[in-house]
Amino acid sequence: MLADQAMSVDSKTVKKIASLARIAMSDDEIEAMVPEFNGILGWVEQLGEVDVTGVEPMTAVIPNVLRLRDDVVTDGDIRDKVLANAPAAEHGFFGVPKVIE
Amino acid sequence: MTDLTDLGIADIRNGVRAGTFSAREVATAFNANVAAAKALNAFLIDTPEHALAAADAIDAKRAAGEDLPIMAGVPIGMKDLFCTVGVEARSASKILNGFKPTYESTVSQKLWDAGAGMLGKLNMDQFAMGSSNETSAFGNVISPWRRNDGGNAALAPGGSSGGSAAAVSARLCPGATGTDTGGSIRQPAAFTGISGIKPTYGRCSRWGVIAFASSLDQAGPMARDVRDCAIMLEAMSGFDPKDSTSLDLPVPHWEAGLSSNLTGKRVGIPKEYRLDGMDAEVAAVWDKGIEWLRDAGAEIVDVSLPHTRHALPAYYIIAPAEASSNLARYDGVRYGQRNLPDGAGLQDMYAATRAAGFGHEVKRRIMIGTYVLSAGFYDAYYTQAQKVRTLIARDFERVWDSCDLLLAPTAPSAAFALGQESDDPIAMYLNDVFAVPASLAGLPAMSVPGGLDSQGLPLGLQIIGKPLDEQGVLNAGLAIEERAGFTARPAQWW
Repeated sequence: MLADQAMSVDSKTVKKIASLARIAMSDDEIEAMVPEFNGILGWVEQLGEVDVTGVEPMTAVIPNVLRLRDDVVTDGDIRDKVLANAPAAEHGFFGVPKVIE
Repeated sequence: MTDLTDLGIADIRNGVRAGTFSAREVATAFNANVAAAKALNAFLIDTPEHALAAADAIDAKRAAGEDLPIMAGVPIGMKDLFCTVGVEARSASKILNGFKPTYESTVSQKLWDAGAGMLGKLNMDQFAMGSSNETSAFGNVISPWRRNDGGNAALAPGGSSGGSAAAVSARLCPGATGTDTGGSIRQPAAFTGISGIKPTYGRCSRWGVIAFASSLDQAGPMARDVRDCAIMLEAMSGFDPKDSTSLDLPVPHWEAGLSSNLTGKRVGIPKEYRLDGMDAEVAAVWDKGIEWLRDAGAEIVDVSLPHTRHALPAYYIIAPAEASSNLARYDGVRYGQRNLPDGAGLQDMYAATRAAGFGHEVKRRIMIGTYVLSAGFYDAYYTQAQKVRTLIARDFERVWDSCDLLLAPTAPSAAFALGQESDDPIAMYLNDVFAVPASLAGLPAMSVPGGLDSQGLPLGLQIIGKPLDEQGVLNAGLAIEERAGFTARPAQWW
């Protein structure tokens, strides 16, 4: 099953993936990526042959419990630090291009 | 007087404590080596003033008669993906151009608290994605090593911690931080004839470390010998409430616990690591390592890790999947570079910023990750890979019934020439075939030099241990180190 899916990756699929990943790519770049994609997917497809009947997917490599802490404020009041690296901070906010006409 | 830059971490600390030399003298000597080694491109940013300030603080403490901490007066190199206050941290990517953290990573803070200072930020594969340091946006690191054929071909220092490896090997720093997601400490250590350890997942806090694949990323030290690794790992480790996967356990005194007597230890030799067509010189060093450990008192047993060959493809689903999620944060809004084409809206800005900011390998991995997590493919790829990961971890759990440690090569070859493997991503990925299984299982693993091959290049031996048994790993590393007698160093050409 994996093999069929891997083989089905074409430029349309790669274009869709680039769009989902928010990476602008020219048609030439998309075309160049198609064989790279298929090469890698064709290689990882061998995992399909592993018998995983009754096996749970890994969630944590070292047994550990997610800790809860008291529901109190432990941080904050650092607006200027948070904004210090923004490419376009304005009026105490992150600036972005206009999204509403 | 001894050249201070020939000294390792332990000797520097001991000399500073004893007053044989001052911390400032040490920092000055290493700053000079860093400044003179631009040809290696190991450092992206030099911070000589940071090293000197830390040194002066230690010298003042000593003058005041205070006890000096475990890395007193030791200047180190910092891999570029650690955030340190006020110094650009880019993970060797253009997308983080200009990012100066306003906070300090837990690991770097612990190192400063232990008396270390920073010589600079070290080059690396972009976002730690690579095995040769060729994906850095700021140029290749050149290994200080050269083949003995007189050809002077520029060799890869390994990756992703290639700057760290080159800098330690070339005596630009006595120790450096690395991170290991699927071999990024061990493979470059092997390529450059130094030592490096990736501890158990959760020993070192990931807070303030620019993320690649969060379930795999672990920081660790790279240094010239096992003792220095033990000291630096001790300084870097420890519980951190700011990292939800940090282990709430005391930090053992690994340096004090060092012993190369392996009597009573069983060392497993995993048969699946002996690949068809294995490099004969790599196999020969492995055989020597077996003899050395036996000589140190260990019992050698043949063992099997049946799912080994599935580790690398599972890794190349899991790591890109996590990367695609982690790297979604680079949007040109909160930090780093922004690309805003004329008249572009928000979505176009995201896409333009990420197109201009990420390198090719990073884009490829983000897109593979996006694909394997996308609707309809998630179970076939990601869930399947996580199930295989469970089987790989189970292989290790079972093997600990018959042995305490594992010995294998670190990498399938010695260092290759820059450009030699960069055209074929899968050939490049195969560099980490021996390193990735321990990463997937979160186990401590170390590379120590085993010897030189016929080209005069270092080969590494890898020791893998049980969860939390860094001491056992370090001790076996020490046993090898004492017997390998590895004293080779690159002849200075830079």
